Parts: sequence; C-alpha cells; structure tokens
Amino acid sequence: MHVPDGFINAPVSVAAGVVAAGAVAVSLRGARRELDERTAPLAGLVAAFIFAVQMLNFPVAAGTSGHLLGGALAAILVGPYTGVLCVSVVLLMQGILFADGGLTALGVNITVMAVVTAVTAYAVFRGLVTVLPKKRRSVTVSAFVAALVSVPAAAAAFTLVYAIGGTTDVPIGQVLTAMVGVHILIGIGEAAITTATVGAVIAVRPDLVYGARGLTAPLKLRVGGELVDAPAAEPAPVAARSPRKLVLTGLATSLVLAGVVSFYASASPDGLEKVAADKGIDTKVEEHTAADSPLADYGVEGITDARASGGLAGVIGVGVTVVAGTGVFWAVRKRRTSETSPASVPDVPEKV
Amino acid sequence: MDPVTEPLSLEVSGLAFAYPDGHQALFGVDFRIARGERVALLGPNGAGKTTLVLHLNGILTGGAGTVTVAGLPVGRQHMAEIRRKVGIVFQDPDDQLFMPTVREDVAFGPAAAGLKGPELERRVDSALARVGMADFKDRPPHHLSFGQRRRVAVATVLAMEPEILVLDEPSSNLDPASRRELADILRSLDVTVLMVTHDLPYALELCPRSLILSDGVIAADGKTVELLCDEELMGRHRLELPFGFDPGSVTMGA
Amino acid sequence: MGAGHAHKLYRHGHSRVHALPPHTKLTAVFAFVVVVVSTPREAVWAFALYAALLAAVAYVARVPAGFLLKRLLIEIPFVAFAVLMPFVAQGERVEVLGLSLSVSGLWGAWNVLAKGTLGVAASVLLAATTELRELLLGLQRLKLPPLLVQIASFMIRYGDVITDEMRRMRIARESRGFEASGVRHWGVLAKSAGALFIRSYERGERVHLAMISRGYAGSMPVIDEVTASRAQWSYALALPATALCVCLLGWTL
Repeated sequence: MHVPDGFINAPVSVAAGVVAAGAVAVSLRGARRELDERTAPLAGLVAAFIFAVQMLNFPVAAGTSGHLLGGALAAILVGPYTGVLCVSVVLLMQGILFADGGLTALGVNITVMAVVTAVTAYAVFRGLVTVLPKKRRSVTVSAFVAALVSVPAAAAAFTLVYAIGGTTDVPIGQVLTAMVGVHILIGIGEAAITTATVGAVIAVRPDLVYGARGLTAPLKLRVGGELVDAPAAEPAPVAARSPRKLVLTGLATSLVLAGVVSFYASASPDGLEKVAADKGIDTKVEEHTAADSPLADYGVEGITDARASGGLAGVIGVGVTVVAGTGVFWAVRKRRTSETSPASVPDVPEKV
Repeated sequence: MDPVTEPLSLEVSGLAFAYPDGHQALFGVDFRIARGERVALLGPNGAGKTTLVLHLNGILTGGAGTVTVAGLPVGRQHMAEIRRKVGIVFQDPDDQLFMPTVREDVAFGPAAAGLKGPELERRVDSALARVGMADFKDRPPHHLSFGQRRRVAVATVLAMEPEILVLDEPSSNLDPASRRELADILRSLDVTVLMVTHDLPYALELCPRSLILSDGVIAADGKTVELLCDEELMGRHRLELPFGFDPGSVTMGA
Repeated sequence: MGAGHAHKLYRHGHSRVHALPPHTKLTAVFAFVVVVVSTPREAVWAFALYAALLAAVAYVARVPAGFLLKRLLIEIPFVAFAVLMPFVAQGERVEVLGLSLSVSGLWGAWNVLAKGTLGVAASVLLAATTELRELLLGLQRLKLPPLLVQIASFMIRYGDVITDEMRRMRIARESRGFEASGVRHWGVLAKSAGALFIRSYERGERVHLAMISRGYAGSMPVIDEVTASRAQWSYALALPATALCVCLLGWTL
C-alpha cells in the first residue's frame, strides 16, 4: 500500500506531512512518558521486529502468500504511541533506503499506515477489553476485531486522502468500495495473524502485552506470592487451550464476514463481480508480498500484470451496492470508536 | 596479595536483594577486591550472579547492604561516576554493541562522560589497540565474528578507563582460539577484573583468587586452585570440572 | 535475506556524489522530488529532461543503468494501478485500438507513472551512493528529532540481528519437517512471530542495561558531526535547481 510520488497532489501531500509530523511528535512524547530513557532501544528493537515480521510470509493458498502489516500488532503489544512511532520509523526507512513509497508521499504513508491503523486498532482493542469480561480470551478476541477493523480503516483513510488530493478523477465511490472491500478481506488475514501472535506472547510473557496489562497485574501477584516456580507451570495449559478457541472464534468471524462480502458481491447487478472479488483477494495479497516486503530482492515474484490489473479492475467494478454496506460499516465503526476511545491508560511500567 | 593492605577496588558488604515479585536473590553478600586483582566469581545457575553484577554499577538498588567502588558508595548521587568506574561486559556482545560502527560504539561511553574531539579519538584508538581490533574501527559490529565482537565489547568498556572490569561469562560461545586470544588480552590489562563464569579452567587460567556464590551468599573465598581441588566443596555447589581436567596438575603462567 | 541486506542497496564508490555530505544529498533528493511532483503533467518534455538529469547523476556517481532499472521494479504494483486508470476514470473518452479510454485517466496514468518512476529513481540513487550510517547522520543534521534518529539507528543496527533470528527459527521449523503451506499453518508461524517479539523486546531491555552501564542518561552523545561547505551545498543543489528551471518552464510554456 506504499503510495509513490505523484499519486497525491502536492498541497495534500504537504498537509498529510504536517499531520504525520504532528502525530509523530505526539507519539514521541507519549512513548517517552511510558518508556522514559528506555524509549530509544525498546522502540528501535520493536521497529526492527515489525520490519522483520513484514518479511515473514504467511502462505494463503496455491502458492500465494500475504504478510503482516503490523500496525495493529504494534499498537496492541507496545501501546499506541510506541506503535505509531515504530511503524513510522519503518516507513521512513523504507522510503529513504528502499525507495518503497515516495518521499513526498511519506506524510500520506505515515498518516494512513501508521497513525490510522495503530490508533484505530488500539481504540477498538481497549474498548473491547474494557467491555468484555476480564479474561485472556477477551484480549485475543479484542485483538482480532481491532486488527480486522484497522486495515479497512486505513483503506478508507487512504480513499479520503485520494478524494481530496488524488491526481486522477476516478469515481470516489468506486474507489472507496473497492479499497474497503478488498481490505476487509486482507483484514481477516491480518486479524488472524495478529491474534495468534498476541496469543503466543500472552501465553509466555503476558506482562509484555501493553494492551493487556490491566489483566495480568493481579494474576502475577497471585502466582508470585507463594510458589516460585508457579509462573513457569501456569502458561502451559493456556498455551494448549487458547489457540483452539482462538481459531474457532476467528473462523466464526471469518465466516460471517465472508458471508457478508459474498452477499454484496452476488447482490450486485452483474454476477461477474463475485468472481472478481474472489480473484481480487489473492491478487491483492500477492501484490503485497512484492510491494511491501522491504528486503525481498525486489525481483518480481509471481506478479503477472495482466492478472493483477484484471483482479483490480474486477474489484473496482464491484458496484454501488456495496457503498450502502460500507456506510453501515462506517456508522458501526464510528459509534464503536467513539464510545471506546477514552481508553484507560494502563499504569506506568515498573523500571528495572 | 593481601586484600586488606592494598587499596580496594570493590567492597561489597551485607548485600541483600529481593525482586519486586518477592523472589529474593541475594542474602547478605560480603567480599572485597583489591586494586589490580583478578577474581573469578563462580556459582551454579540461579545463584544470584547476574543480580550481584547489576548491583555493582547501581542498575539494581534498593536492597540492604552497601557496594563501594574505589571508596565511592554506589548510590544516586555518584551514579555517573560509578558507571564510568565499573565497566560491565555483558554476555551477549550484540546487546553491548548497539551503535552502527565499532568506533562509535567504543566512543559511546567516553562521549557520554563528556569527552570529545582528538581526546575521544585517542581513547577509542588505544582501547581498540589493547584488544587488537584497531583495524576494524569503521566496520559495523554485525560484520565481525563472534570472538571479534566480544573483544570489541571489552574495548567499549576499556575506553571508559574503568577502575574494575566486570565480565559476564567472557568465554561463552568462543572457539578455542578466540578463547585463548581473549585470555591473553585480559592478562595484559592492568585493571582489576571480576569475572563471572561457569568455565572453571578459564577461571583457573586467569584468576588467582575465586569466590563461590551459592544461594545468594559467598560460600567460599580463596585461591582458585585450592577451591577447584576441594571436591566436596565443588560438589556441594553444583560446580563440575570438565572431563579429564585436573586443576592440581596445571602449571599457571599468571 | 539475512545479513548485509541493507548493503546491497549501497554501491561502494568514490565518486563526487558519494563524497557529498549526506544531508546535502537528502535535501537535494527531497527538493528534486517536490519539484517533479509540482510539474504540470501536460509538460511531457519536462519529465524527459528530469530523467536526463537523473541519468547524468547516475553517470557521475558511476551507478550502472542495470542496477538502477532493477531497483525500479519496486514500482510494479502501482504500474498495475496506473494501467487501470484509463479504464475507470470519468470524463471524455477516446478510442484506442478499439478500447474506450478516459482522457483524464490516461493523463492520470501518465502522471503517476512518470512522477512515481522519477521519485523511485531519485531515492534509489540516494541509497546507492550514501551509506546507511551517513543517512542517519544526515537526518540528524536536518533536525529530525534526535529520539527518532536514535530509534531508526537501533532499528538498522538490530534489523539484521532479528531477521537472522527469524531465519534461524525458520530453519529450526523446517528441520523438524514443518513446511508452511497454507492457512492451517498460520498458528505455528504466528507463534514464531510472538517468540520473535519477546526476543526483540528482551533484547531491547538488555541493550538498555548495556547503555546505562556506559553512562547513558537519556540522550545520545554526539560523536560525529557532519558539515558541508558552501561548494558541496551548491554542487548537491544543482540537481533540484536545474529541475526547478525545467519546472518553471513547464508552467509557462
């Protein structure tokens, strides 16, 4: 999704640059407040982690694969400020070192991919964690929804930027539909992987999951009180149990979402679109593999232009029907975000 | 060498410490190291060796007891000075070498202490020369071999001209040649050395005196060769010599 | 992947471009891209001149054309998008080889292709002639917040260490007969990612300990100071200045 130069006009690029700079400045202060003098090494290492994990390919099917975008994961694991900071640094380095994303589009890229994803994901996550019962499973479920929402949210934000400053007058309704539609599907993958990753961290080092600190504090006290070796024994059953439930939850959510998407697809005037949407999924994911993995030799792996453009064309043609659906989605998301955004700030980490 | 008559590099007395989770690691540690001594700190896993090391430069504080470095008590008011005087070489050189080039990494400590310009450069050059890594000045640390990285890690600490050099498992993961090279370097240094290790032959080779830390207290303090020959003592503290190694028969150059 | 990835982008050399101070190069590239983006897309000849300018820089820097062209492949996803534009954009349409294409879409596609390609080429030249370390110093010199530069610096220092850990974990998985081949295996891969995060975070904590052990108190000591002479600045800024002339011509002609 790295936007190149010339895609968004100059004034809007500048405006997005200002927004991004502001967001990074706020994040710097926020991260500093949370991590104080540990900010540089910890945020640097987490950025290196995001960088590495974007190269970890998750096979989808038939030779295609996707990878994690990481905004939601970063926000949940290290908190929104550090999360925004880490993803921004990754984008900055990708832009300067690997020419991945234009230099003038850096503001757009940071705003859309770092700020919108991390902030949306964290708001949704915190909101759900507060509402749901205080259990570990709630954390994983919240992580799933948060990651799922964050990707189409970024797509919608991109569309908004494009609507204001796009250099070509492509019908915006169609762009929005296509972008959000495709990214809901990408979001499912992102959500599944984010959830499983958060689950894996929670099973071993629950104290490292920023978004779940409120949950683990009492647990740690109780365990650490009497028996010294209790913490070691504790995570094992959790690790064994939680993935299954996680997979079930994930599966259910995926099914519902897949149902919704295909409903829209078949409800559109032309039956062709359903195929296009299906086709669009892997095309898009495939595209991401080559586009985003920063260290991939930058040789072309398995991208066939005809197919990519064909898939995209189909997706963009999905039709006006989906606009209504997107409207509903937006309304729901907005309400959820606004009721949950004043997330309680977890207490400051103890210092070594 | 009699520790009492010499000026002391390090004095630890009555040190006890419990982690915030309630786990107590140190139960009153007492020992003194004179200037210029090379001492090995031996002990089984979980004896509290790392916890003790982190007390020496004030990273961990707040328990009972005191640590004094060259007459200076470790505490808030002298922290910068203490951290300059106590040079800790951590186990994983990748943790220690965090700057983009060897030169900058070695310069980090002295620069943080306020040195700059030609004096800083001189400090860096001499530290690298002492570990035989002068030719690698402008290389990024991750392009070096493990043994070279460990030597640069020692240089980063030497550049601060410490009162005492604390090494955490200096011989771990080194091949025999690198291990010997490091031993030569350590022997050539004229600083006080406290070496935390599991590598008993290495301790015997380099350190005339050893301390055994076990269950959070100093269980034994004496000549390394005598401690290593005391089978009952060694067994009690889960210390085992490598197969076929007889400390009594080794003649030492140190 | 693994060790030394970042250095593949850099081409060692001693040209005048290599020798320029990093912040002048960063400024020049950024200004150049801004100028390119602000050029009216109808001035097709202007983009040809920009390309010629970059070719001249590549020649002076001794960066071979093949190297440059190969790096341009990063753009491909957006080429796909650009190809699509003439089909979906609105407005007046023309017939080309029996296809009905939007005129504004064609211009849009041209716009994205031309500006995007020039932007990528400029960045590639920058990365090819400037060492990582220098780039960071340049950013620092350009008054990027120091904390941000430090984070970037740690990321670059440990990027290799962590990708290497990731590679070792993959080898460990594969040695035990595991081959990720579909969605079913996401759980395993995600566990690896989780383990990688824990290792990264714990390493961050250890690095912090090593730093404070050497007197770190929240700000990095300044070890290297890069400076640029007036001549170096004017040499570096020749590129965007020439481009600006072309751009102004593009607006007036």
